[in-house]
Amino acid sequence: MRKDPKRTAFLWLCVAPAVILFTIFMVIPTCNVFRLSLFQRSTFNPKETFVGLQNFQYLLQDAVFIRSMQNTLLLIVMVTLFTMSTALIFAGILTREKLKGQNFFRVVFYIPNILSVVVISGIFSAIYDVDKGLLNSLLNFFGQEGILWKGEQHVILSIIIAMVWQAIGYYMVMYMAAMSAVPHSMYESAGLDGADRFTQFFQITIPLIWTNIRTTLTFFIISTINMAFLFVSAMTGGGPNNASNVTLLYMYNQKNLGGGYGYAMAIGVALFLISFGLSALVNRVTRRGTLEY
Amino acid sequence: MKLYKAFVYLVLGLLAVLILVPVLWVVMASVKESSEHYGSPWALPTHIHWQNFVSAWTKANMGGYMLHSVTVTGLALAILLVVALPASYCLARFHFVGRRFLNTCFMAGLFVNVNYIVVPIYLMLSDGDKWLKTMLGSTFLLNNHIVVAVVYAATALPFTIYLLSSYFSTLPHDFEEAAYIDGAGYGRTMVQIMLPMAKPSIVTVILFNFLSFWNEYIIIKTLVTDRDEWTLPAGLLNLMQAQQSAAEYGSMYAGLVLVMVPVLVLYICVQKNLTKGMTVGGLKG
Repeated sequence: MRKDPKRTAFLWLCVAPAVILFTIFMVIPTCNVFRLSLFQRSTFNPKETFVGLQNFQYLLQDAVFIRSMQNTLLLIVMVTLFTMSTALIFAGILTREKLKGQNFFRVVFYIPNILSVVVISGIFSAIYDVDKGLLNSLLNFFGQEGILWKGEQHVILSIIIAMVWQAIGYYMVMYMAAMSAVPHSMYESAGLDGADRFTQFFQITIPLIWTNIRTTLTFFIISTINMAFLFVSAMTGGGPNNASNVTLLYMYNQKNLGGGYGYAMAIGVALFLISFGLSALVNRVTRRGTLEY
Repeated sequence: MKLYKAFVYLVLGLLAVLILVPVLWVVMASVKESSEHYGSPWALPTHIHWQNFVSAWTKANMGGYMLHSVTVTGLALAILLVVALPASYCLARFHFVGRRFLNTCFMAGLFVNVNYIVVPIYLMLSDGDKWLKTMLGSTFLLNNHIVVAVVYAATALPFTIYLLSSYFSTLPHDFEEAAYIDGAGYGRTMVQIMLPMAKPSIVTVILFNFLSFWNEYIIIKTLVTDRDEWTLPAGLLNLMQAQQSAAEYGSMYAGLVLVMVPVLVLYICVQKNLTKGMTVGGLKG
């Protein structure tokens, strides 16, 4: 390897700005999340006092925290189930069948993914409105009573629908890319052996893209925690009566609730540990020998 | 088989309708007169009522929000490219001490969610402001669009560097060797030879980051306390949560259309790049 002072200077000049920005705005704040979780600090009393694991003890008795955690886990499971199954089926259809307007469908299905969550929550508040909402006016048309979509009883369902609506296109495009790599000859020989479309889908397509499915499961866990925060903060703000509160929102709101920054960070650490554990668990359960083609 | 195909078309069409109808409905509602918002939501507007856009632009401050969105997004993209391009080029194509370590760090950064660390970032900046106040007597870290743009760029670095350097590492080494033999220095080789070759991945990076910066509203709401200084999504959310009467529905839907249209136009122009690029660096959640 050449030792050239010019080369060293060039490398420093190129890499240093990125490293500095990354350190200041990502590494240090991430470390601070863990450090501050052991301290007490509020808006009015900015002095940091070490309290050990006290924040975490409070956490276990905090009913709102437990509620928000249940909601987060519920959303992770439901959104993943609905989005993944629908996206897989549609991706399977769009890669296997020769259809007219295939490109049109792909373009349309991806639209929700590029919209801001604020726009989506605006769209869905028009849909869920009690008197003038699109859904309730349809229900009335069929002689049904309107539903209080953002009421305590249905609010989680409403958020699940909005989140699935947003996510399907993204995962569909992702699975389509994986499926189009499966060689066509496999389907042909399976067809000759008498396997129909459904058998082919479950016996060939799914096993061959299993690695991709596993990877997206980890994405689902990480991104649902984040998206749930964005959707809930825009659509309901966690209400009514914490029925739709999620952990990341509860953490963020500590800033205004007076619980203090230390407590907020303890919530963050707990959420991080749980999501990490969940990812590891899912990874372990779905492990399977890789199939080659 | 014919029946199966018809069924497939039916299901695909249904999903397309479920996606398109709500989006088009908002566009339709944005040109309705305020009295029409009391009627059936499915009724078509009697005439195109552009007044909603005028009042959204002037009265609801959408014009100001739009300006902030454009400046913050543009600035953040510029900072990001200037910082990330040289860094990813070096990390992908040079062997130096600590390169493995840096690559691992940036990879780990992919899993750090901005919304976890937005509160510590706020605390850091407000502590910094307090310190500046005692030293200089003035503050400039919070309520500053430039700082917001820097935060956007910094938190987008892991994804951008990952995508760019995986592209750079696929390019053949012959070009650089030829450039060195012809007497070009390191900087010139990078700017004139290698960066133009990475154009496809640069386009992808700009697209994805434009979408995430344009649509972002948590960071700006946290780091900027003055509501008039927010960007479009944040200002719009504020308007949505405050609106009570049908008189404001018109400008609210007009605001939604204003946020949506630039993104949709861009998407329709470049949708091939977007869906293709996604599979290159499909980590953005």
